[in-house]
Amino acid sequence: MSTVSMTVNGEAVCGEVESRTLLVQFLRENLGLTGTHVGCDTSQCGACVIHVNGKSVKSCTMLAIQADGADVTTIEGLANEAGLHPMQQAFMDNHGLQCGFCTPGMVMSALDIVNRNGHELDESTVRKELEGNICRCTGYHNIVKAVQAGAKAMGGS
Amino acid sequence: MYEFNYRKVDSVAAAVEAMQQAEDGKFVAGGQTMLPTMKHRLASPSDLIDLGGVAELTGISVENENLIVGAMTTHAAVAASAEVQQAIPALARLAGNIGDPAVRNRGTLGGSIANHDPAADYPAAVIALGATVQTSKRAIPAEEFFTGMFETALKDDEIVTSVSFPLPEAAAYMKFENPASRYAIVGVFVAKTGGEVRVGVTGATACAHRGFRLEAALGGELDAGGIDAVELPVEQMNSDIHASAEYRAHLVKVMTKRAVEACQ
Repeated sequence: MSTVSMTVNGEAVCGEVESRTLLVQFLRENLGLTGTHVGCDTSQCGACVIHVNGKSVKSCTMLAIQADGADVTTIEGLANEAGLHPMQQAFMDNHGLQCGFCTPGMVMSALDIVNRNGHELDESTVRKELEGNICRCTGYHNIVKAVQAGAKAMGGS
Repeated sequence: MYEFNYRKVDSVAAAVEAMQQAEDGKFVAGGQTMLPTMKHRLASPSDLIDLGGVAELTGISVENENLIVGAMTTHAAVAASAEVQQAIPALARLAGNIGDPAVRNRGTLGGSIANHDPAADYPAAVIALGATVQTSKRAIPAEEFFTGMFETALKDDEIVTSVSFPLPEAAAYMKFENPASRYAIVGVFVAKTGGEVRVGVTGATACAHRGFRLEAALGGELDAGGIDAVELPVEQMNSDIHASAEYRAHLVKVMTKRAVEACQ
């Protein structure tokens, strides 16, 4: 067992992990942050996407020990006392989810898209950039609309 | 995933030493193939030696008409690099179409070529551009590096440190991708360098390779007129649920033509 420490959603945390403990397991099982989901074991579905040092990663394909010292943001870190993050609100307003399982990863990937591509996103950009996130309910149309609307709202805030 | 000893190192020398001490060690670069492989228990190393903290393995530079990319440079960094976009734009585009954005933030050039998945993108570029793979021991020409499915010329304690790509006059990569995994069902990289046109093929067979028959049909020119008449050895093509051997042979020629046209 090794001790890892990192910043998660602005708070310093630490815990005991095996070498093989995945970052997503550490978040869910040690820290109780169950908003980050596991939808596959092949790194394809994107339900586990979080930000590590400001970049999107699949937390099922990174060891907890590799995030030692890192700055981590999960879906739980987005909303504040004033309400939902504009991207979360956009998913709600545009009916960008049905069962909701993929939604945390979708939102975290959406924020990464905005970070790299700005606030005015065309549909084809969003669709290409969401290649690593799979939704089995919606058919993606409303997710794409939500990402575009959320990006715009973030620019205005 | 079975438990293992995790070894974080900060230099190539320390990584090599850790490997020599390990019973059955593996290096991990970005881990985007290594970790899923371990999760599925297809690999169970005694020690995992993490190259993620080795600063000397990252970076991009242009020196003496060569683009040099450090082995631990991520696909995202290559895709976004102004230097790569200027020097070999086809390589930046290739990197920007590997996997998906989150995978590109972790996956690396060195990890990709050391793993040598037969459907990976980078091997086609390394071969067609006539690159040289620099390791902790030696310099290996691209054509001698990829030796078989998931096999390379690397020794167990040898680490890819960088890849040196001679700057081409023209280059393009065309991939017919699996829409779920984004791996190449067939990918063809065409490059004209120093008056010679080379073709690198991935996804089609067990091993990324030079398309000598295609190169002969091109005859050193970026003119795809003779490609249709090329006869490819269908019996050597991969055949799986994604594409039959016959279809892959067809795709190799189609992707070659598209890449040649994109070079113009």
